[in-house]
Amino acid sequence: MRDKVRMVRKGRIVEVADAGPTETLLDYLRLRERACGTKEGCNEGDCGACTVAVGEVGPDGRITYRPVNSCIQFVGQVDGKEVVTVEDLAEGGTLHPVQQAMVDHHGSQCGFCTPGIVMSLFALYHDEARGTAPTRTTIDEWLAGNLCRCTGYRPIVDAARAVLAGPPDDQFTRAEAETAGLLQYLNDRSDLFVGNQDAFFAAPRSIASLAALYERHPDATLVAGATDVGLWITKQFRPVAKLIHLGRVEDLDRIEDVGNAVIIGATATYEKALDALDAIDQDIASLIKRIGSRQVRASGTVGGNVANGSPIGDTPPVLIALGATLELVRGETGRAIPIEDFFIDYGKQDRRPGEFVAGLLVPKLALGQVFRAYKISKRFDQDISAVLGAFLFTIENGVIRDARVAFGGMAGVPKRATTVEAKLIGAVPAQASSWHDAFEAMAEDFTPLTDMRASAHYRLETARALLAKALVEAAGASSERTRLIGRRTAAETEVAHVGAGE
Amino acid sequence: MSALESDRDPTQDGTFSVVRQPLHHDSAAKHVTGSAAYIDDMREPEGLLHVAPGWCPNITRGTLTAVNYDKVRAVPGVVAIVTAADVPGVNDCSPSIGGDPIFADGTIEFWGQVVFAVVATSREAARRAARLATFEGAPEKPIITIEDAQAANSHVLPEYRFGRGDVATSLANAQRRLDGRLVIGGQEHFYLEGQVAMAVPGEDGDMHVFSSTQHPTEVQHLVAKALAIPDAAVTAEVRRMGGGFGGKESQASQWAVIAAICARVTGRPCKMRLDRDDDMVMTGKRHDDVASFSVGYDPEGRILATQLEFAARCGYSADLSLGVNDRTMFHADNAYYYPAVSIRSERLKTNTCSNTAFRGFGGPQGVAAAERIMDSLAVLTGLDPLEVRKRNFYGPGRDLTPFSQKVEDNLLPELIAELERSSDYWRRRNEVKAFNGRNRILKKGLALTPIKFGISFTLIHLNQAGSLVHVYTDGSVHLNHGGTEMGQGLNTKVAQVVAEEFGLPLDKVRITATSTGKVPNTSPTAASSGSDLNGMAAQTACREIKARLVAFVSEGYGTPADQIAFRDGQVIIGNGSVPFPEIVKKAYLARIQLSAAGYYKTPKITWNRDTAEGRPFLYFAYGAAASEVTIDTMTGEMKVDRVDILHDVGKSLNPAIDIGQIEGAFVQGMGWCTTEELVWDDRGRLRTHAPSTYKIPACSDVPDDFRCALFESEGTRETTIFRSKAVGEPPLMLGLSVFSAIFDAIASLKPGTVPPLDLPATPEAIMRAVTAMRRGDA
Repeated sequence: MRDKVRMVRKGRIVEVADAGPTETLLDYLRLRERACGTKEGCNEGDCGACTVAVGEVGPDGRITYRPVNSCIQFVGQVDGKEVVTVEDLAEGGTLHPVQQAMVDHHGSQCGFCTPGIVMSLFALYHDEARGTAPTRTTIDEWLAGNLCRCTGYRPIVDAARAVLAGPPDDQFTRAEAETAGLLQYLNDRSDLFVGNQDAFFAAPRSIASLAALYERHPDATLVAGATDVGLWITKQFRPVAKLIHLGRVEDLDRIEDVGNAVIIGATATYEKALDALDAIDQDIASLIKRIGSRQVRASGTVGGNVANGSPIGDTPPVLIALGATLELVRGETGRAIPIEDFFIDYGKQDRRPGEFVAGLLVPKLALGQVFRAYKISKRFDQDISAVLGAFLFTIENGVIRDARVAFGGMAGVPKRATTVEAKLIGAVPAQASSWHDAFEAMAEDFTPLTDMRASAHYRLETARALLAKALVEAAGASSERTRLIGRRTAAETEVAHVGAGE
Repeated sequence: MSALESDRDPTQDGTFSVVRQPLHHDSAAKHVTGSAAYIDDMREPEGLLHVAPGWCPNITRGTLTAVNYDKVRAVPGVVAIVTAADVPGVNDCSPSIGGDPIFADGTIEFWGQVVFAVVATSREAARRAARLATFEGAPEKPIITIEDAQAANSHVLPEYRFGRGDVATSLANAQRRLDGRLVIGGQEHFYLEGQVAMAVPGEDGDMHVFSSTQHPTEVQHLVAKALAIPDAAVTAEVRRMGGGFGGKESQASQWAVIAAICARVTGRPCKMRLDRDDDMVMTGKRHDDVASFSVGYDPEGRILATQLEFAARCGYSADLSLGVNDRTMFHADNAYYYPAVSIRSERLKTNTCSNTAFRGFGGPQGVAAAERIMDSLAVLTGLDPLEVRKRNFYGPGRDLTPFSQKVEDNLLPELIAELERSSDYWRRRNEVKAFNGRNRILKKGLALTPIKFGISFTLIHLNQAGSLVHVYTDGSVHLNHGGTEMGQGLNTKVAQVVAEEFGLPLDKVRITATSTGKVPNTSPTAASSGSDLNGMAAQTACREIKARLVAFVSEGYGTPADQIAFRDGQVIIGNGSVPFPEIVKKAYLARIQLSAAGYYKTPKITWNRDTAEGRPFLYFAYGAAASEVTIDTMTGEMKVDRVDILHDVGKSLNPAIDIGQIEGAFVQGMGWCTTEELVWDDRGRLRTHAPSTYKIPACSDVPDDFRCALFESEGTRETTIFRSKAVGEPPLMLGLSVFSAIFDAIASLKPGTVPPLDLPATPEAIMRAVTAMRRGDA
């Protein structure tokens, strides 16, 4: 058992013995270090002004930098990691290449979002997969979580393109081996427990010690990425005295291909789960890339998105449509339930005291199955869905033999459209008249609400429109003609075409 | 012409070494390293306390009978609770006619109105405690919407109208008539740095206030008024803001005033930084508006008569609503000539936050109405919207605005012709038509819309500025002026002017924080006027110092004044030259004053509001944008495919900064027109009070094909600073080209029918219009 949070700052190990369970990394930086370069813009992980880079060492000794919203990240979550802020980049009087590019391209005006943008670009600069000519889509993805109100982004995109034209070369690449050594040293086997039995930040290292700790403290709050729990603290001032962080639990973030299905561990981040889910269907990847921002996806987890029980989480409808199974563990016992059964009612899930989500079993598509998912929001990137529809059609000879249809934003929980599903059986995607009844049945399955994201009327009509879109695409329509964004690659369209039996 | 001016002939290019160069923002390197200090980043004075606002979440409108602070007081770290009873002076922070209590005193007028402040040893303790008060009161039914306010005959200010000719007769005689209505949403500023102020008490009751404000003088005055001390006892200071956009013109004051009152009560420095949600709930926004219009026109799409009525939601108090709504009226013509015209504006009082200045200051609502008229005429006549616009532009013999100012500097015909070419408008028009013929679900739209924007404060006395320039004996220059830096690059531009005047490199000019102690009685940095006013004031100061130096040198070296100039760090004296620092040092020893206070007031402008006559604007700024969009007619989603902008800034003081202003304003305007939707519920509670629910444009909303150019011209006709033009606000309204393009895409569904598209064109608003078109009830 260890009772101090440890991290690497500016090439040195820093120990924090008195980190409060919910002390944010941003407050740690601004109030304790008085490192005020990192800004607070919204205090809810949306604007990105507080972005810092968090470095982690992989088994290969390479360091990966993730952009993180420090305003909703607790200090304890960066235990064992390197924290890099905007002040750390320049060497002596020389700006970091990312900083210089931002200056050269007039990428700052008021300058308040700039530190966050610099840090997102810094993380992208060090991303192994970026290449030297990243597409605009890639740059958009990395900047979606950094709002700028002054520039209109064009000069920032230009700066990004310029600095990404070459491989990373800075003091961090030069010090990589040394920093990796420090991180490997910090990456110990012991459980972290800061505080006392009444108030603590704990980060167990194994599933067994997590299960034991949570059984002892079923009133504790479990947190994986804190992209939602962070807001309980910063916005709602909820009293959270006991916090158990899942991020250090070994194997809980595993991604495993088991033949006809994929296992996604509870703490696998969206980023980590992306490729496995993309392999099931590219619409899932397109959708995940629109969840929150790079910052949110680097911390947020698919498991957390489910466990949290929100009616507007983006992955649950997809997982429901795919027929995923949820694995739950309490103490030494486990159980598995169909994921839709987990969502009992608004704010109420089938999770017993002391029980935690261990992982998800997500089936792959079978032959003849067509999957589609669409997210509708006011803004494409980093917005919460007004409506999200996920569709799985099993098609034989051009006729729907089975359908799983699930929506988010249409009820108090992510929910299947069972009447619609029933009426789809026997329908022919290529014949609109054959799915008219299913289309009409949407109103039997859902009575959505009006809120700031959309009216009940729009939600219902859009749910119908998404069903129609999925059917039109299943019948072979090219997404070039049916979608503005998230268009499917040609090869995949052909598969769907074959699946549609045409 | 004197020597000083002859070697700086503003019509000659190539003689400038500092102005007209695309130099970096003075703080660029500090921005990217995190070393540019905003108020919350400043080293905290010893004993600093933190202030958080407290408000009553269950009353939108009503009387407050009792507040219980027991739980607030019990929070560890709480030092004081400050209420209306603690205000030594006047409990009001209105920028205009009153009605803005610093602390609500028994009456609640909107959801989020501040009732008290908690002062505590930490920000967290203050914020936590501020939520724990309990309230008793008598709620009344709030007036929330424009329709509510009209029904209740509820106004913050009297209506205002102006126009010309017999509109009723002209309308009746016109061959064709258009009646329409446009719902125009408001807009949250979403400056990235929220409202913040820090007050440090000094001796003799003095107060030094650091405030993220566009109007330090008003902060100074309001702090003095609240504390019942002379203006001279208060200094307001701001080095930079993390964005303002009008949101910190009048509405930064309350937080500065509260911080100062708390500092007075506790005797300790106090800092107040609003949480984002509080900021969005408590501070005013762009006015939302309903524009109703009747237009008489001929079969060729030419307007004969226009009757326009605006109903604006002002919120609970007047704030700046008079000027804002007047400017809506001043821009209800945008670039078009209305032969007979009547414009009326109603200023409605609602129980919502007090709407305020926002980049464009009412102009965008007027322009939106004018552009909707053009788009509607195009649909009804079957003409291309660009053709309709051109037919209605101001031109010879058709050059009188509805407020009687003549349009003398119209650049639009040339500017539009150039953009038409460079954006390949007509080829793309055909492509859009072809695309729409081929596609059922996705539809494209294209629009090229102009802006003509009047430059000058319409409150004439605000058109003045001051500066303070010191030359030190090492030749370095200290610059101060009354404008504030909010990211727009004002300090850079003014420093360029000073460097140019002295013939020095830019790094010899030291930019310093705006302070009421250095330049007094300043106007807000607003109305796009920052560099026009402060650049001139700084130039005046420089020229005064230069004149003294020239006289000194002329006498000492026996060289005529017209052979003395300042260039390349040297003072050119006839055929020779002496380094600037050397001359300065000699001048000092000869007891020549090396400091000057500059002053400027805008010439020519007049405005009689009672008779609606005069020349409220020194000049107009022009621009145009062509935008292409695609919409999804099943879901209402929309994507901007390409944008081409051509904008007039006269002779740019700094092309890089001006391009930045234009692109940024465009995207902000596009956000207003598309994703940025404010939603209040029927109890008057703002439901979109954080970036999670209020969506400003993100990076991917800006098309990769985004072309922006400065219009090449002879420069401003009027004598502005180096013939440049104001740039802050005008391009915001170019965002309307996106709105018009969406309208165009929807109009393609049913030729001849005017789409009932509201602003902002959210997916839901687009679907409403699409559905109405398809159902035939449009």
